[in-house]
Amino acid sequence: MAKIIVVTSGKGGVGKTTTSAAISSGIAMRGHKTVVIDFDIGLRNLDIIMNCERRVVYDFVNVINGEANLRQALIKDKRAENLYILPASQTRDKDALTVEGVERILNELAADGFEYIICDSPAGIEHGAFMAMYFADLAIVVANPEVSSVRDSDRILGILQSKSRRAEKGERVEECLLLTRYNPERVAKGEMLGVTDVEEILATKLLGVIPESETVLKASNQGIPVIHDTESPAGQAYSDAVSRLLGEEVEHRFMSVEQKGLFQRLFRRSA
Amino acid sequence: MSIFDYFRTAKKDTASIAKERLQIIVAHERNQRNKPDYLPKLQQELLEVIRKYVDVDQDQVEVQLDNNGNCSVLELNITLPERA
Repeated sequence: MAKIIVVTSGKGGVGKTTTSAAISSGIAMRGHKTVVIDFDIGLRNLDIIMNCERRVVYDFVNVINGEANLRQALIKDKRAENLYILPASQTRDKDALTVEGVERILNELAADGFEYIICDSPAGIEHGAFMAMYFADLAIVVANPEVSSVRDSDRILGILQSKSRRAEKGERVEECLLLTRYNPERVAKGEMLGVTDVEEILATKLLGVIPESETVLKASNQGIPVIHDTESPAGQAYSDAVSRLLGEEVEHRFMSVEQKGLFQRLFRRSA
Repeated sequence: MSIFDYFRTAKKDTASIAKERLQIIVAHERNQRNKPDYLPKLQQELLEVIRKYVDVDQDQVEVQLDNNGNCSVLELNITLPERA
């Protein structure tokens, strides 16, 4: 049976698509057949983050409407062996996704042998976001250590526990928190909410902390999910998060200020 | 370092202010969340019925739902206007 994971946040610009790209690539690289679906109808961006924007022929809505089959719409990732991308449609009809349509596609993907289905949610709490979370078994709530993002995350957690299919059946959607754009220096100075603060406010299990890093923008510029940058702290942090998702116990890193060595202090590298 | 910097450090850091503000708003919103969706409509309809007999304002009717273990209490508070 396929595991359906939604990457959601409420607030926009916190790193949902970056996270969806990194996590799906990471899971696929560990040998699991994975598909990542862009639910942001009208504003698709997962394709450009994963560098397949010029290979989009058919999209999610085409498959729902029966204008193409899954095989035609799925784009095979060029980096990760077991990864496929289902791009969003650029239609402006925001009701193009239906509960029945989405359910049928998810069932088809599961029947096709996909082990993990990652749903990249649009921002907000409108129809698209609702469709992305409705069938989820697990939710990765992406938040920045900043008041509006944390507040929206709490709202999303509430919606997950009342409006999802699992909630309707009296079950729980498993939830975890991914804190992105984390800056340990600013936390130490008392200028930024710390991990424990956010964990305490949201009362949600921590999946990982992704440190603020220049490499994230560099990765998106090139269309390479940042998890492939094994040198960068952000890439390593995503890799740790993938391990935890797959059930491994990995200690959290990048949460405190790194003690710079004498040499690093003398020759500040511009990595 | 000027003498003013000394006072500045004594001020609460902004992260703690953020945390405090979040704790309050999140607690408040969680409280709202658990209320059933029909509550505003119920309040509206009750108001209409009451208005048939007494002239009251929207804000003079208060509907509150409290949960006490396995029983829920629907409390209705109407402030009647003073007699003319």
